Amino acid sequence: MTEPLTQNVEISDETQIKPYTMNFGPQHPAAHGVLRLVLEMEGEVVERADPHIGLLHRGTEKLIEYKTYLQAIPYFDRLDYVAPMNQEHAFALGVEKLLGITVPERGQYIRVLFCELGRVLNHLLNITTFALDVGAITPSLWGFEEREIGMEFYERVCGARLHANYFRPGGVHQDMPAGLAEDIYEWTETLPKVINDLDNLLTNNRIFKQRTVDIGVVSKQEALDWGFTGPMLRGSNVAWDLRKSQPYDAYEKMDFDIPVGKTGDCYARYLVRMEEMRQSIKIMRQAIEQMPEGPVKVNDYKIAPPPRAEMKRSMEAMIHHFKLYTEGYHVPAGETYAAVEAPKGEFAVYIVSDGTNRPYRCRLRAPGFYHLQGLDFMSKGHMLADTVSIIGSLDIVFGEIDR
Amino acid sequence: MSFTQDDIMTELAEHIQEETDGAVSHFTIAKGELILHTSRESLKKLLIFLRDDPECEFKQLVDICGVDYPQKAERFEVVYNLLSMEQNNRVRVKVTTDEDTPVPSVVSVFAGANWAEREVWDMYGVMFEGHPDHRRILTDYGFDGHPLRKEFPLTGFVELRYDEAEKRVVYEPVQLNQDFRVYDNLSPWEGLTKIQLPGDEKATKPETGYMPYEKSVKEAGE
Repeated sequence: MTEPLTQNVEISDETQIKPYTMNFGPQHPAAHGVLRLVLEMEGEVVERADPHIGLLHRGTEKLIEYKTYLQAIPYFDRLDYVAPMNQEHAFALGVEKLLGITVPERGQYIRVLFCELGRVLNHLLNITTFALDVGAITPSLWGFEEREIGMEFYERVCGARLHANYFRPGGVHQDMPAGLAEDIYEWTETLPKVINDLDNLLTNNRIFKQRTVDIGVVSKQEALDWGFTGPMLRGSNVAWDLRKSQPYDAYEKMDFDIPVGKTGDCYARYLVRMEEMRQSIKIMRQAIEQMPEGPVKVNDYKIAPPPRAEMKRSMEAMIHHFKLYTEGYHVPAGETYAAVEAPKGEFAVYIVSDGTNRPYRCRLRAPGFYHLQGLDFMSKGHMLADTVSIIGSLDIVFGEIDR
Repeated sequence: MSFTQDDIMTELAEHIQEETDGAVSHFTIAKGELILHTSRESLKKLLIFLRDDPECEFKQLVDICGVDYPQKAERFEVVYNLLSMEQNNRVRVKVTTDEDTPVPSVVSVFAGANWAEREVWDMYGVMFEGHPDHRRILTDYGFDGHPLRKEFPLTGFVELRYDEAEKRVVYEPVQLNQDFRVYDNLSPWEGLTKIQLPGDEKATKPETGYMPYEKSVKEAGE
């Protein structure tokens, strides 16, 4: 007879479960990209969350130092690749400030229109994948259909679904093709219905609320202290939006509201994003309605290239084109900090120019970097599954966190 | 009577300078943005003042970044961007350091400084005294060097590939199939500022290499 294996094992109330370390990601669908999270667990409860980032680090800031100002723009599409044009906007505003130029009105309105389109695209992706993380599949199927239509508008205006390279210092690359404004306007009439459908699926859904209400609560003080911006800050009852408080381009003339959450939990942030989409649609409609005729970029061939037709006739235009696309333009020495309200929060560019055709330093301030930093205090004492909810509500995209 | 942005900023800067006695060595205002220069010793004091003073209320540390000027004695500049939501205002605080001298960590003042300081350490090799978690953040495990320093080559030093024989990722020195090329496209189109070409000394140089927009428009009109 062999001895029973479970001999001498004491099981009592005081038996301690040893805290253990768990790896979450980087290959995990709920990690929203390449997040490696080292979790110190006490049973099912998270004691400490240590995000290891940098798996998508491409050295964007270094690369930009080696490129002319014009060549730097495509790198901004690859930061937060969910809403690329919003990033380009910050860089364009910064360079314009250093150059001391003002964008023509039509250019400003086109930028506002596409920034808000970007915001809708971003929130559609975030809300639906967030819902997917907590167990709802249908929202992503419905939301992505609309997202695809939105990206087709991107494609029609710049030729690419994602990597737009459309906003340039001095305006936008070229005017919108005929009929696009009408089609976007038509879409803004049908989109609210889809958002209402998502609303019906999620807002009062029992499971969704169980997974998000009172999870990852951020107080107002914490949000300020940790450098949170965007919906993360507004979810904690701080009415702060750069589009209102420090308006850039045509935002001054737009009429819209800033939604704020009262509770600071994952659910509040979800509600803020839902309402922001509706406000964005409102802005898009106003932008199309008020959009004046006229040039879309500055009429200065030292900064913006001359039209193609002119290049065929004028030697001068030809030379300007050649010089712009080889040497680029010189930006006067100086430094500036240009911030925009990107869908995820304050995206900012800190440019130091030394007077040559390349930025001496181009710092990219990514909102997600600061939000992810807060994951540790937000998930402390929560269950492992709640960490997934929190990550979903942070709205992280690794392109911008790792840069 | 209306005040320009610069007047408001000057007033604010003088207020800060008076109240913090000596913490602000000097300030500059460029394009309506206020830049305060301080020393490493008084950095923390200044940031606490900026956060708590009722006329400043810069309660949010938006960003910390480094800038490298290899030709200077203290080559690194650490730049703190602050935001006040109550006053709807921004301010920039700058402190300089070199490779060996640590800058006091401000994590105790703004919790969000933690990762930002780690990134400056990772990218520039600036040390932060009293930082609770002084690790690298963006670069690979076991990475050597500080990539955003000006002398660090764009192509880096190591490359990695999956080795079929060893069944693992191996690190190797970078081998470029063609020389790394940087095109120096600077030319006298708008006038040179920094580069002296042979014969340049005979000509009178323009004051600045850049033609201001207003001037170029005016000349185009003529």
